[in-house]
Amino acid sequence: MKDLSLHILDIVQNSIRAKAALIGIEITEQPRENKLIIAITDDGTGMSPEQLQRAIDPFYTSRTTRKVGLGLSLFKQNAEMTGGSFIIESELGKGTKVTAIFGMNHLDRPVMGDLVGTLLILICSPESPDYVFKHQTPSGEFEIDTREVRQTLEDVPLTHPDVRQFLKEMLQENLEQIQISE
Amino acid sequence: MNKIKSLADLKKLQTEVQSKIKLREMGDHSETLIQIKVSMATCGIASGAKETMSHFIEELDHQGIDVIVTQTGCMGYCYAEPTIELTIPGQQPVVYGFVNKAKAQEIIEKHVKLNEMVDGIIPVNYSSIDN
Repeated sequence: MKDLSLHILDIVQNSIRAKAALIGIEITEQPRENKLIIAITDDGTGMSPEQLQRAIDPFYTSRTTRKVGLGLSLFKQNAEMTGGSFIIESELGKGTKVTAIFGMNHLDRPVMGDLVGTLLILICSPESPDYVFKHQTPSGEFEIDTREVRQTLEDVPLTHPDVRQFLKEMLQENLEQIQISE
Repeated sequence: MNKIKSLADLKKLQTEVQSKIKLREMGDHSETLIQIKVSMATCGIASGAKETMSHFIEELDHQGIDVIVTQTGCMGYCYAEPTIELTIPGQQPVVYGFVNKAKAQEIIEKHVKLNEMVDGIIPVNYSSIDN
């Protein structure tokens, strides 16, 4: 994966496949503590302790289309390469939480990349679940809850081009406001 | 804390868009629309599926063509990512491999607009996506 936004897009796909109705994406930048934390939570089907043990094994997958499952293991490897850590917690019927802590100032830490593009693909897809996205930096905090957006839009779909354009601008503006230099 | 910058703006947009939708009398006609599924698993994402999907969405919006663009899981053709499945109502789905922006553009111009298949179709034994 070239950047962290692609990792987020990839890990969220696991939550979608686990039939999650609500997915949380939380990014916390703590440059003073040299930490960049990405946490993805869902209320999907969850995993049994046996499945959880094998989840980060690159040669384990619940798919039937192929024999490997690289998403979580690549994410873990990337975090650990920067002196960080990786935690995955899950409970059957309750959901899963994946937390990756990156060494923020580490030379090998991938850049954040096109986070707005990732969020738009996730939020503005037909039949997408709901998302709560939070991004915290020393400059401020931004939060968007798609349940509120849907409520405001009433029967106008999130996939409508005008809505997508509005959300793109809104996300860009808000993320720029809290951005700290890479 | 910054929430949505202006819910009032979004509400205003909602009213405008709703009236547009009514003008176009868009009912639930999703079954009559062309559908494009972009394979968005680790293999696809690492190969550029996000750019491919964004291109389809933006270009189709730009040209005002109603197509349902969705994401799907791995179809098993990891060697040929990014892959997409295009379904024209009433016809068999067609899977394309190595769909970068240029190929996506070609698919829009020829397959979506003219119903002419282009090079890059995979594979021969395709049945369905079980995901």
